Amino acid sequence: MTDVRKRALVAGAGAAAAVAALGLSGCGKKEEPVAKAPPAPPKPDPLKAAWVYVGPVGDAGWTFAHDQGRKAVEKEFGDRVQTSFVEKVPEGADAERVIRDLATQGNKIIFATSFGFMEPMLKVAGEFPQVKFEHATGYKTADNMRIYDAKFFEDAYLAGVIAGAMTKSNTLGFVGSFPIPEVLRNINAYTLGAQSVNPKIRTRVVWVNTWFDPPKEAEAAQSLINAGADVLLQNTDSTAVLQTAEKNGKYAFGWDSDMSAFAPKAHLASCIVDWSNYYKKAIKDVMDGTWKVERTVWGVKEGQNALVKVSEVVPAEIRAQVDKLSAGLKDGSFAVFTGPVMDSAGKERLPKGEVASQEWRDKVDFYVRGVEGRIPAGK
Amino acid sequence: MLRLEPRPEPSIAMGLLSPLIALLLTAIIAAGLFVALGKDPLRGLEVFFVQPINGLRPISEVLLKATPLVLCALGLAVCYRANVWNIGAEGQLLVGAIAAGGVALWLSGALPGMPRGSLAVALLVAGVLGGMAWAALTAWLRDRCNANEILVSLMLVYVAQQLLNYLVFGPWRDPQGFNFPQTPTFPSSTWLLPLWQGTRLHWGALLAPLLAVAAWVLLFRSWKGYELQVGGAAPMAARYAGFSSRQALWFALLLSGGLAGLAGAMEVAGPVRQLTPYLSTGIGFTAIIVCFVGRLHPVGIVLAGILLSMMVIGGELAQSRLGLPNALSGVFQGLLLFLLLACDTLVGNRLRRRAA
Repeated sequence: MTDVRKRALVAGAGAAAAVAALGLSGCGKKEEPVAKAPPAPPKPDPLKAAWVYVGPVGDAGWTFAHDQGRKAVEKEFGDRVQTSFVEKVPEGADAERVIRDLATQGNKIIFATSFGFMEPMLKVAGEFPQVKFEHATGYKTADNMRIYDAKFFEDAYLAGVIAGAMTKSNTLGFVGSFPIPEVLRNINAYTLGAQSVNPKIRTRVVWVNTWFDPPKEAEAAQSLINAGADVLLQNTDSTAVLQTAEKNGKYAFGWDSDMSAFAPKAHLASCIVDWSNYYKKAIKDVMDGTWKVERTVWGVKEGQNALVKVSEVVPAEIRAQVDKLSAGLKDGSFAVFTGPVMDSAGKERLPKGEVASQEWRDKVDFYVRGVEGRIPAGK
Repeated sequence: MLRLEPRPEPSIAMGLLSPLIALLLTAIIAAGLFVALGKDPLRGLEVFFVQPINGLRPISEVLLKATPLVLCALGLAVCYRANVWNIGAEGQLLVGAIAAGGVALWLSGALPGMPRGSLAVALLVAGVLGGMAWAALTAWLRDRCNANEILVSLMLVYVAQQLLNYLVFGPWRDPQGFNFPQTPTFPSSTWLLPLWQGTRLHWGALLAPLLAVAAWVLLFRSWKGYELQVGGAAPMAARYAGFSSRQALWFALLLSGGLAGLAGAMEVAGPVRQLTPYLSTGIGFTAIIVCFVGRLHPVGIVLAGILLSMMVIGGELAQSRLGLPNALSGVFQGLLLFLLLACDTLVGNRLRRRAA
């Protein structure tokens, strides 16, 4: 008996203190009546929005970039939104619980920022028709669930242009996470970009089968360097590849966020993704009641991708070339995957003069000519 | 200088109280951390220790999370009491999951249109057999080649993970899945159905307490359990008594492999319903902690599994409700373990000042 009373007391005191301290701060459903006790000015309730992250927010990389987007939403909408996030959510059975809990807490829109959250989100979406669900990098939608992605391959191509000019060994290295179309696209774009300024380019790939594992990424980078690669790019989230290049006196790029601070000498540029425009749009869609199921894939044109912090050591004409290509991506006069695209076996995958469709890009399952080795577990 | 001196007669009452004292100390330090982070300590403790069990659905989630932990830890307790150091429950769990997934793929093709949940038992049986087979590798290498079972079972975890990767990237990949590493979602005939509508807690979770009772009977009320424990505590005495250490090795490893495989199959047939490379989140490793926090005792293991699950879930809730970092729940788990060990040490020993 006393135990129950104590618990109720704890809950009440907690809620009261939270009200006193902040006035809101994500109280559970049960405490809402308490939170509303002091007469609030007649202002509409803030729109509650939540993010589910696969990694730690940290200070660089994939999850960091998404969190910057969340902060941009807070800045844009001020007290009209109330955001929260849960980080380091595993992609197994746990994700569904986290997403469902966020939905029951009264969030009106929930963003899940990793591929493995697709099925769990789909399951929860069916239970909460009034909540909008947004999934990054997936392909399944529902009546209240839509998908969004970025064109990382545009960044990778621009990085390739620089890499092609900077390499002395004509061998580039790529640390790949998983051999899925997104990553294969980036490897191919990086290689094609480099070949556009240096036809002799070869690219070596090492797969680490993880999105975030600094020691493993560093090991992969080291083995690429030992095999003769002198400009590295990665599709993983840590700064380990960049730092390994720095240690070896080689070059590399930042990925997802500006990583120039981690390796001042090795850093040639950073391939960044800026989710803020999309997140602002999504929140606004919900506020305006214009949210509808669609697939949004934005890139350099929409300011979602960019190559930033190009190093001083990159020759001026190459920097001008990168600027020109960026401008081309913006006005639509240039597309990364334009035929002819030949695969590593010499087969033509995109006919001459044709620009790759979204569907073509979704199904990339090959290396372009110049990438060495075979895709693991490929057909 | 201080030194530890064993107490001649450690207090039984204190021995039983020690986990509670450790929990209390964790809560006190946690409250201090909340204050240091600028949060209300009562609200913080409430989010960690009350909200995860505040209602049917939260409780069902705690039990769902605890189930595979408890299953793995029960098997490990038998191993460790028999002095067989199986570190590879994670790998046995993964192979159990693979076996269950394989059976799900095969049966859903061979027997389409079966009623919901009708094939789940087949998945669980496959999981048990898969886990046992994987553990048998360790037992065989230890038995035949005298290979160190700690190393072998640990290394086989990575082999199991690569096997899972191979299958979901290759032959079992969903043809409609854009090359993403996952199988199709299995049909509803293979699902472990929930105990209550609207929760994810499936009837497989009922097996955990039953198996805990069975493990207790085995360890403390059966001849086999006596043999195992004598073999673990005093191998020479066991040999003198004619207890076979080989038999104990195989028995303990097969049992714990089977339980870990069952846990893996439950993840597949229960909440996940497909195979992906991220199927396990280190359940088999966390189970080692559960096993020791529960003092290698089935009842302790059930309680420890629930406590650890509450802390993980509380850590998630603290993020979305209080804006606290994820690392905090890791800090709490570490604190609890450390304090538990410290309490146990001080129950069994006392500090003495020593002239240096």
